[in-house]
Amino acid sequence: MSDWEKSSTVRVIPSARPRKLAKVPFVELANGRLQGVVSSGSDIERVYVSSVAAGTYLFACSTNNNRPCGGARGYFCNHIQALINEGVLQYGAERVARYLRVEIADGEPSAQSITAAMSATRPPQGDAAVAAPVFSRFLRQLAYLELAPATAPLPEMQWFPPAPAEA
Amino acid sequence: MRADLLAEAIAGLDEALAAVDAFDRALVAGLLRPQPVQAAGLTQLAQAVAGTPLAARVAEAAEKTAAGVASEDHFAALAAARTALLGSVHDALMTQVADATGRPRGQDAFPAPGGQQAANLLAAGRSWLSDLARSGWQGLDNDVVSGAAQVVSAMLPDLALRRVATLLDGFAAELGSSCPGPAAERIPARRWADLWSRAMLLTLPGAAGPPVTAVATGRLLPLGIDLQEHATAVQAQVHAVFEPAGGTESGGARPRLVRASVSAPKPDTVIGAGVWQLLRPHMSALAAFSEGRSIDLADMPVTTEGDLIWSDDHARPGEPADPFATARVALPAATDPPAAPLDRHPARIAVPVFLEGYAARKNDDALAFIVAGHPLVVDTDRIPAAGPLTPQAVAASGACIGLLRWDAGSFSIQPLAVETTVRKRAVAVHAGGWAGGTADKDGVKAEKAAADAMSVLRERAGRLLRK
Repeated sequence: MSDWEKSSTVRVIPSARPRKLAKVPFVELANGRLQGVVSSGSDIERVYVSSVAAGTYLFACSTNNNRPCGGARGYFCNHIQALINEGVLQYGAERVARYLRVEIADGEPSAQSITAAMSATRPPQGDAAVAAPVFSRFLRQLAYLELAPATAPLPEMQWFPPAPAEA
Repeated sequence: MRADLLAEAIAGLDEALAAVDAFDRALVAGLLRPQPVQAAGLTQLAQAVAGTPLAARVAEAAEKTAAGVASEDHFAALAAARTALLGSVHDALMTQVADATGRPRGQDAFPAPGGQQAANLLAAGRSWLSDLARSGWQGLDNDVVSGAAQVVSAMLPDLALRRVATLLDGFAAELGSSCPGPAAERIPARRWADLWSRAMLLTLPGAAGPPVTAVATGRLLPLGIDLQEHATAVQAQVHAVFEPAGGTESGGARPRLVRASVSAPKPDTVIGAGVWQLLRPHMSALAAFSEGRSIDLADMPVTTEGDLIWSDDHARPGEPADPFATARVALPAATDPPAAPLDRHPARIAVPVFLEGYAARKNDDALAFIVAGHPLVVDTDRIPAAGPLTPQAVAASGACIGLLRWDAGSFSIQPLAVETTVRKRAVAVHAGGWAGGTADKDGVKAEKAAADAMSVLRERAGRLLRK
């Protein structure tokens, strides 16, 4: 085994980067999808739950009350484009492209080239069934804000080095 | 510090780690239907603990697992065997560290952990970990990994389960980002087996942290702050020398090394210097550290392991205290606390040391301090983004407070603070310098970004939660 394989404290997930959350409060690479929640531009009570699947680029967009998104009719709506943009800001274009299995023929991947490459395959549109679990993962993130800090030591955090200073 | 002693070979270390690696390789492929090579790895682990009280249980567990009929108890026995082996590696390394630092080591015996934990949640956690062991790292899929989410959500609010919950949460996120298994080009076999076995043991009754055994009254002299984080949790640990009231002159207790910890779960978008906002209100030691003060403790609960269980009620800011003066004067005579039995693991080694009179040498990307002719690798990767310390400042430094660590076969030093020269003036730069707040431009910007993120999330939570 290599040193990397024999390291206890190697950083497996690169640290996320800061981004503004006003438009897209939640985005993640999980369950085989780029998925998240996009705030409605017109109604402060409404959010859209959007997702694109790795490999097939099967996409879905609906409100948290399970109403289909009017923009997502056969092609990526603005919410999904915003989701891809913010996903690239948070995780970096390369990691998003790798997770979604998007091949960028020439040049560095970017939010624009990833969106274009997926759109070009005329991806299928999924139903709203995926929205509920994604929305509940968002609520789970929000619930972290309500958990009390603690002062009993967590020895296992020694395995998790902090986001590193830029060299 | 005698850096030369840290490079000496330890008898039996390679053999112990070979048995660990053999088991770790078996976990890569999974234990649902073990192949002969995996069965051999399990046998190797069992043989390595054949002379210990674990022998019979581990031999049975290895045999049942090799036959593909393992129960959760068998998996727990294998995790215990692996933990015991790494515990012996830890002990050998710590003997070497004590020789190198020349400091006394505490020998206090540990009482058995007490406390009741919610058994059904722990059982659910153990069941998930058993599923992981069966599928193996190569067989991971989103269905297996996502099984942790509900267990973690139920555990996190319960402070008695916070430790295991935080571990499971970080572990599951890491596995999820590497799904599906076969797509992962390379597998962090030692790391994931570490996290798996620690989590497995923490789901057993009585495996929680050591109980509070005493209270501390006296003066706390901070050395530095170590920050740790995964996507949804952060912990800051203040390493300090504690001088008990009364002092050695009047026959009182000796000064000793202690830690004060504060941790918080967090949304994955609160990052960088923003994490201090979550921690600051719960431990006055962070502000005191940034102000360069000592802290007076009165009846602060403390464990045998040297962990203060912090409560601001038992602390008040004291006189100014320079961490470098503490490192030069108080640290050499301080006693190192012993590690709790279950916490004995090489990755858990984080021993405060003070170095000066070294030469910094840079090879490609790697930085090393040449200490009395012997190189000690500097772990610049553990310098947090959430502070003013930079790899450049460390490379230009003349004195360093750091944590001695061991990983993947060698020791390294994680800088917590350095003395360096800026515009012909000597200055101290601390990794935890922003813990109590900062006027630094980058620090202020990062804090504001995090505050904005939290206010957006709070607004969204107000509208969307509990509806």
